[in-house]
Amino acid sequence: MHKILLKIFRTGTLTEPLPEPGPPVKPCPLVRGSLAVRHVDAGSCNACELELHAFTQAFYAPESIGIRFVASPRHADVLLVTGPVTLAMKDALRAAHEAMPDPRYVIALGDCACNGGIFRGSYAVSGGVPEVIPVDGQIPGCPPEPKRILAYLEQLVSAENKD
Amino acid sequence: MLNPIEWSSGPDGEIPFGTPFPFSVPFALASPESPGLYLEGVRRIKERGGRLVSLWGSWTSGADPAVLAAFSDAEGLLLYRFRLSADDRSFPSIAFLFPLANRLERAVRDLYGWDPAGLSDQRPWLDHGLWDGPPMVPQDASFQRSPEGADSPQEEYPFVRVEGEGVHEIPVGPIHAGIIEPGHFRFQVVGEKLLRMEERFGFAHKGVRTLFRNRSVSDAARLAGRVSGDSAVAFQTAFSDAVEVATGSPPPRRALWIRSILLERERIANHLGDLGALGNDAGFGFGSVQFGRLKEEFLRTNARIFGHRYLMDTVVPGGVAGDLGRQELALLREECARTKSDVLELKTIYDEHGGLQDRFSGTGWLDPMLAGRWGLGGVAGRASGQMYDLRHSHPVPPYDQVHVPVSISRLGDVSARVQVRFQEVRHSLSFLDSVLEALPEGPFFIQPEETFSPFEGVGWVEGWRGEVLCWVRLGSGGTVLDAHCHDPSWLLWPALEQTVPGNLVADFPLINKSFNLSYSGHDL
Ligand code: SF4
Repeated sequence: MHKILLKIFRTGTLTEPLPEPGPPVKPCPLVRGSLAVRHVDAGSCNACELELHAFTQAFYAPESIGIRFVASPRHADVLLVTGPVTLAMKDALRAAHEAMPDPRYVIALGDCACNGGIFRGSYAVSGGVPEVIPVDGQIPGCPPEPKRILAYLEQLVSAENKD
Repeated sequence: MLNPIEWSSGPDGEIPFGTPFPFSVPFALASPESPGLYLEGVRRIKERGGRLVSLWGSWTSGADPAVLAAFSDAEGLLLYRFRLSADDRSFPSIAFLFPLANRLERAVRDLYGWDPAGLSDQRPWLDHGLWDGPPMVPQDASFQRSPEGADSPQEEYPFVRVEGEGVHEIPVGPIHAGIIEPGHFRFQVVGEKLLRMEERFGFAHKGVRTLFRNRSVSDAARLAGRVSGDSAVAFQTAFSDAVEVATGSPPPRRALWIRSILLERERIANHLGDLGALGNDAGFGFGSVQFGRLKEEFLRTNARIFGHRYLMDTVVPGGVAGDLGRQELALLREECARTKSDVLELKTIYDEHGGLQDRFSGTGWLDPMLAGRWGLGGVAGRASGQMYDLRHSHPVPPYDQVHVPVSISRLGDVSARVQVRFQEVRHSLSFLDSVLEALPEGPFFIQPEETFSPFEGVGWVEGWRGEVLCWVRLGSGGTVLDAHCHDPSWLLWPALEQTVPGNLVADFPLINKSFNLSYSGHDL
């Protein structure tokens, strides 16, 4: 036990100051101070997921500003979608979107989700989230770094950004 | 100048093993003329204790349709090419000899419409009934799915069901409760106890193989790096090896050494992430924070020195994308030393943590006997006592000079897979230290030769998860006619199913994490 405590003590606080907010984003109505995010992988190469995992770690600590990942779309303010939306994931993505309460804010994360990315044009993908459900925001990158994800989501929770 | 190998020649099984190029593993090729000879050859491999590595189809305009099967033999990689006849578009199934061929052959049926003769499993695998006809058939070929192969994919996928009092079924996925890739698991449970689990995949199928067609090799290498993002280096290296073998252009020595640095960094980063996630799944958040920190530092160094956090696009056919300066080498070495002491400290904490060990030990047992019979490699195979590691059995430079010991455990449970990861991180860090110190001078890239007639090549690399294989067929001017990328997950997913019975439902996420297999690399 003392080894654990010592290690925690020596590691100190890892969380870094919030990044400069990115370019202005479309606000998410009704959201104040906390943001429930449901992630859906619609057929990504899995590097976008690696960055999402990195994003939840101590350096970025999204929970400290009220951003948390939830298990059900019914609890979600935001649907964060990765991948080019394979045909086999189309219905599942629509169902998840439908299960969300209004206003159903959708973010396409990564080049694939934005427009199909490197997988665009294949017989098995729809070519991006906008082809399947309405999208409110995009975070491009292959994959987008956690900093960029935070810079976007931060704006959705921050108070100044309210209509 | 080395001569590329003409693949089409050669009688059945008679081509000797050779090491055509010092940078690639030894391989041999055989094109059995008849189904009987094919099965006979495969049976011989089985009897000699060979392992199935991969199986795939290939059909490009101007080339005969064929099924290719890759086996690991004591001396190297053995490739069989079975040509399909024009009037009978079927190929003999080898699943009765190598059960792991089942899904691979079903995938060939889904993608090409050819029937694996003798395979009783008629269910589709990658196909969810959403494409018009077999998608890999070349546009100019007039061919439709054979009636035997025609499934009715719109109907519900027929899972094997357990009947009996108190048995119920839990369907999970394709969307899981967390940041995970898409796939479906069907559990049969009684109370809290798992009786059976069956997988249903194909949700991440992106049709990657058709996207390879007609790309330049450098562009295709980018795509290979995105087959499974967590194994970008392994796939890009295997793909580049394949192109270099096909064109007969060995990469410079320095490039091979830098590739090994990239490959080991990818291994370490993934293992660190997994060790943290395994702690987290067993309720030990401390592990997640600590290993998360180590991994993030690794990724940041990657971005700083190699230009990408996951090292995508760092390996290219002909060498590597960038060189390392003296300063960078010093920085990388210093990071290795730091990480080593941190990992050691955390290992002691993990080992001494009763609660953690209680969750790990005995959970998700993969029978070493089964692992041996199926010839499983990778972290999961080694954690069930299998001595398979290409870096050890078929070392290419610099692994032939700087040796990496094989990390194994015989316990076969989650704790064994944790221990193998700890060992591998330690070995990789030591390896890096030696390689960084002795990096040879010279160029880091040499433009591969252009090919003027179709040539093929194969690359086989020990990725962090297991053996990654890439095969490529190049046309004139160095464009890709066809390519195949094989993720080790193909062979390990069926093993995961076998570890489930008898465990608690709540332990499944932990077991799954201890394998950490790729959905994208599998579904392609
Ligand atoms: S955007 Fe890039 S990293 Fe993300 S899923 Fe697509 S290919 Fe992978």
